[in-house]
This record gives sequence, structure tokens and C-alpha cells, in this order.
Amino acid sequence: MEFNKLKAIFREGPYKAKSLMIALWFSFLFLPFKGLKAALILFGVLLVSLWFLKFLRRYIKVLRKRLQGIGDSIPAIRYPNVRSMFFVLLVLFLFIPYISSDYFTDVAILAGIYIILALGLNVVVGFAGLLNLGFVAFYAIGAYTYALLNTRLGLNFWSALPFSIMFSTAAGFFLAIPALRLRGDYLAIVTLGFGEIVRLIINNWDSLTMGPNGVSGIDSPSIMSLSFGKLAYYYYFVLIFVILTVFVTRRVYCSRIGRAWIAIREDEVASSAMGINTTMYKIYSFAFGAFWAGLAGTLFAAKMHFVSPESFTFMESVLILCMVILGGLGSIRGVILGSIILVLLPEVLREVQLYRMLALGSGIVLLMIFRPQGLIGGKGASFRS
Amino acid sequence: MFLQQLINGLTLGSVYALIALGYTMVYGILELINFAHGEIYMLGAYLGIIFLGFFTVTGLTYYCLPLALVLTFLLSIIFCSSYGFTVEKIAYKPLRNAPRLSPLISAIGVSIFLQNYVMLTQGATDKVFPSLFSNSGIEFLSVRTTYLQLFIILASGILMLSLRFFVRKTKMGKAMQAVAQDKIMASLVGINIDTVISSTFIIGSGLAAVAGVMVAMYYGLVNYSIGYIAGIKAFTAAVLGGIGSIRGAMFGGILLGLVESLGASYISSEYKDVYAFAILIIILLVKPGGLFGKAVV
Repeated sequence: MEFNKLKAIFREGPYKAKSLMIALWFSFLFLPFKGLKAALILFGVLLVSLWFLKFLRRYIKVLRKRLQGIGDSIPAIRYPNVRSMFFVLLVLFLFIPYISSDYFTDVAILAGIYIILALGLNVVVGFAGLLNLGFVAFYAIGAYTYALLNTRLGLNFWSALPFSIMFSTAAGFFLAIPALRLRGDYLAIVTLGFGEIVRLIINNWDSLTMGPNGVSGIDSPSIMSLSFGKLAYYYYFVLIFVILTVFVTRRVYCSRIGRAWIAIREDEVASSAMGINTTMYKIYSFAFGAFWAGLAGTLFAAKMHFVSPESFTFMESVLILCMVILGGLGSIRGVILGSIILVLLPEVLREVQLYRMLALGSGIVLLMIFRPQGLIGGKGASFRS
Repeated sequence: MFLQQLINGLTLGSVYALIALGYTMVYGILELINFAHGEIYMLGAYLGIIFLGFFTVTGLTYYCLPLALVLTFLLSIIFCSSYGFTVEKIAYKPLRNAPRLSPLISAIGVSIFLQNYVMLTQGATDKVFPSLFSNSGIEFLSVRTTYLQLFIILASGILMLSLRFFVRKTKMGKAMQAVAQDKIMASLVGINIDTVISSTFIIGSGLAAVAGVMVAMYYGLVNYSIGYIAGIKAFTAAVLGGIGSIRGAMFGGILLGLVESLGASYISSEYKDVYAFAILIIILLVKPGGLFGKAVV
């Protein structure tokens, strides 16, 4: 099906023109930014690759048919046993600190925190179908609550955790009440504004948050006398929270509340006709999403021992959104995969780091055009205003 | 002091209004928040610096400054319009029948792409606009208005009025109104919707280009990240005036510029950006239709 879409796009629009025209057009656009020489190079590269694509297109159909034949004959590849794969992965995850370097463990901890965040956003965007572009605000509130309670009042992780989660959940709740009167893209803009306001307040309220300098010297969590400051310990600590998040969001997803969210996402009018209090359930989804963001923020602050407003920009919100979309809206497995990919990718692509964001931007566009349901998202997972 | 801030606010506001027009036109026709529009404005600012730099090197600004300026504006408009046109064709057109949030996310993708595209080709540091204009101006009641400010206010005013004329009187403008009202019906009476949408993007991007070049002249500094915040503010202006309404975008932009410059001087300049966001949220919650528009949500 995607292939037909691809074909249709190739047929119409700018692609209808000859490759020469396309190459000429893009090098024209590029001309003022890098000069004549670079534009000529771009022209050549584009022309050759477009010709190559044209050549490829003739054979891709045959190739695709053949590949499909292979896929059909080996059912095990097409339908891998999910449960066994899950256990293999779990065992692998359990041993990460032993089989890998400290550096990789560090990345894995970050991936865990992002998984919690993305699962939280997935509740709002994937389950309830409400686009939240200011999700990072709840993350920031969680992180700063722990950071300030710990450094100012000396509260330890366990006594501060309820407060940070409570604050971020309350923020989600109170943002949701007025904001949910709006729909679709307007809601997106209000949440974006909220995210920016929270960041700007943190940035400018010097007496409380130390402004752009950030808060440093945050303690690691500990149980009795066992401190989780060591990287490997902290990895397991985060892993436990990730498993908890996956478990709870999965259970809620399957519950009455989760089904109500799906119903609202698919058709708000119909679901309210079925007796679902749509406003109430939307507020739940915001608060529930913010709950996990608060947890992730606390874990983040405890890991870095330092928080500053720079970690909570709009780009961060977009990145989390990308994790959710890449894996597949509404699919828990997909979101986990998406977060792992997007955390690992910059580490793998360290040499071409400059082009990373360029690739991310065009990746989002391509994903929306060719596979809006994400890598392993279900067919049913559509999202609308 | 108050009058001085009024002039500054008016200058800023007319720039916001020019960008807001692009948002409001696209929203009126496609019901899409074109996130990439702020980046088109940023491209315009960069193109202004690039072309004026080029003309300075070739000596044209020395011989005939007005000609160099006119050429700079024209070239920036041409390139920005081309970028706007291309962005629509690549990122929005395939998604025209997709769920409403898909093009919004796609637009965020375009915005990230364009920002980093400019950062990679032009460098991450601030670009300085060649200082060609003396700081002279007219003084009236102890209020200083530089010629540049005057130029910005006048040029934006003329552009906005001609856009209004274009939309109301010309065939293409009427076609735009028709498409904004009802796409299917418009196509039934023989309007080519694709052409109308493309020309909307071209005109909006052209206005953003003018705004970009003028801001680059006014502040003298350009950075690849200016598009995002300016885009949000212009969007706020469009919402403030009532999105989809051209008159609304003009008033919204000027009002926002005034609020920002007065707020910065009387309340606190650190929270300058907060005002725009706060206004945006309050307007959306209290009067989502804006000052001049009908409720669209």
C-alpha cells in the first residue's frame, strides 16, 4: 500500500517533471547559501541519483514481488514469536552493565528515562489522540521539584519523589482543564506555549531556580545504606521503573479508561454519545501522561546531579514526540523501540553529528508521508483532531 | 519614553503582522498551522544578508544603494517564495487528505530541517548585516524615529494594503476566498485548487521574506534560530486578530508588537517572550475566534 502511495507521489507534483528540472530547481534553491560551485555539485549529485532512482523504479516492482514470495514461504520470519523475543531482550537488558562499557550503560540509562517519558506522552498522543507539544514542561517540573527539594530542603529521593510526581501531575491536570476546550492543532499550540512559559520562568526566576546556571549537587537515590550512585546500580534502578511504567500503562490501556481513550481518539462525538465523559477522560490522559513525565524528570535529575533549563527546550518535546511517532502511535512496544532508536542513533552517528538534525527533520516528513502509523504501529492507530 | 516605545512597538508589530499574514492565509485555506513559516522568514533574513553582501562586494551598493536594496528585496522574495512553494509540494501536498495532525507534525519536521540546513550552510554563529544606514531620523516631541523604522512601517503598510486589494479585487484573490470557504465547491466551479494553494504559499513566503530582510536591517544580527520564536509570535498575532482574517493579522501583529515593547520597558524585559505566549493562551481560551475572526475551533 505504501508503495502505491509512493508511486502516486512520484507521478504527480514536482516529480512529474523530468529529473533534470528537479535537479535544476533544488540547486537553484541551494545557490545563494553555498555559492555556485556547491550548487553545481548538488546539481550533478541530484541528477545522477534521480536517474539511478528512475532506473531502480523499473526493477523495484519485480523485486518486491519476489521478496513477497519469499516472505510468504517462511512464516516464522513474518510472524516472529513476540513472547520469546521479549524474554531474550529482557535477559539482554539485564546484563547490559556486565557486557558493555560504562559509556554504553550511561546511554542505556538515558534510553530508559526516555522510554518512561515517551510512554507517558504516548498516553496523551497515542491513546487519547491529543497532540501535546509542551510535554517537556512536565518533565522539567518533575526534575526541578526533585532538584530543589533535594538541594534546598535536603529531602532524599524517596521523600521527594511523591512531591515531584504530584506537582507534575497537578500541572498536567490544571493545564488540561482549560486547554481541552480546544481541539487538534489549537491544543497543540497551547501546550507548546505552556512548555515555553515553564522554561522561560525557570530560566528567569533566578532566586529560586538559579536561572540559566542550573541547579547542581543533586543526590543519587539510595535504599538504606545502598546508594545507586554507581552507574550499573542506577541502570537497574531505572530498569525497574521502566518495567513498572510498561506494566502500568499496559494495564491502564486495557482497562475501561484505556478503552475510553481509544474511543475518544477514534470518534469523539460517537464516544460521548455512548456515555463516555470525554472531557474527564481527556483530563485523565493529560494527568496520567504528566505523572510519568514527573517520574522521568526525577530520575533524570538524580542521574545527572544537575538540571538546567537547556535540557527542557521545545526541541526536547519534539524529540519525545518523534520517539512516539517513529515507533508507532499507541503501540507500547513501538514506543519503546522508537525511544531506543532515537537515543542510540546520535551515539552511533557521532561522526556525522552535524547532519543528525537535518536527517531528523526530513525523517519526520518522510515518516508522515509514507508510514504515519510508525515502524510497528497497528493499523487501527490513527489520530485525528 | 512612552511614545518612543510606541514607535518601537509599531515597527516590531508591522514585522509580526507581515509574517502573521502568511500564517493566516495558509490557515484560512488549508486549516494547517504552517510551522515552517517562521523558518521561511529566517531564510529571508539570511538571503537579505547574503545578497546585500554580494552587492557590496561587487560594488553596487557603492554606486547605487537604492538599486542594490531593491534587488536584494526582489531576490529574497523570489528565493523565499520558491522555498515556500517547494515545502508545500513536498511536505504538505501528499498529506492533504491525511488526519489533521499529520501535516502539523510534517511541518515541524520541515522547520527542523530548514533550521539545520541554514546552520550547516551558513554557520552557527550570528551573521552581521552590513551597516549601510546612518542612524539618522526625524525627531518630534522628543521621540526619535529613524528612517529605517519609518521605512519598515510604511513598507509593511503598503504591502498589507496591496494584499488586501489583491484578495478582494483580483481573480486569484477571489479564488482564494472561495477555496477558503469550501474546497470542493470551489473545485466544482472550475478553480484549480492546487494553483490557489501554491500561490497562497508563494505570497505568504514573499511577505515573510520582506519581513526577514527588514528585521535583518533593523537589528543588524541574524541567527539561524530566530525563525522559531518569530514564527510563534506571528502565529500569536494571527490568532489574536482572528485566524483566517487578513485584517485581523495586521491588527494582531501591531497589537502584539506594542504589548511586547511596552511590557518590556514597563514590566520586565526578561519575560519579553512570555507575554506573547501568555496572550496566545489567554486568547485561545477566552476568545478563540480572535478579535476579528469567527470561531474556528
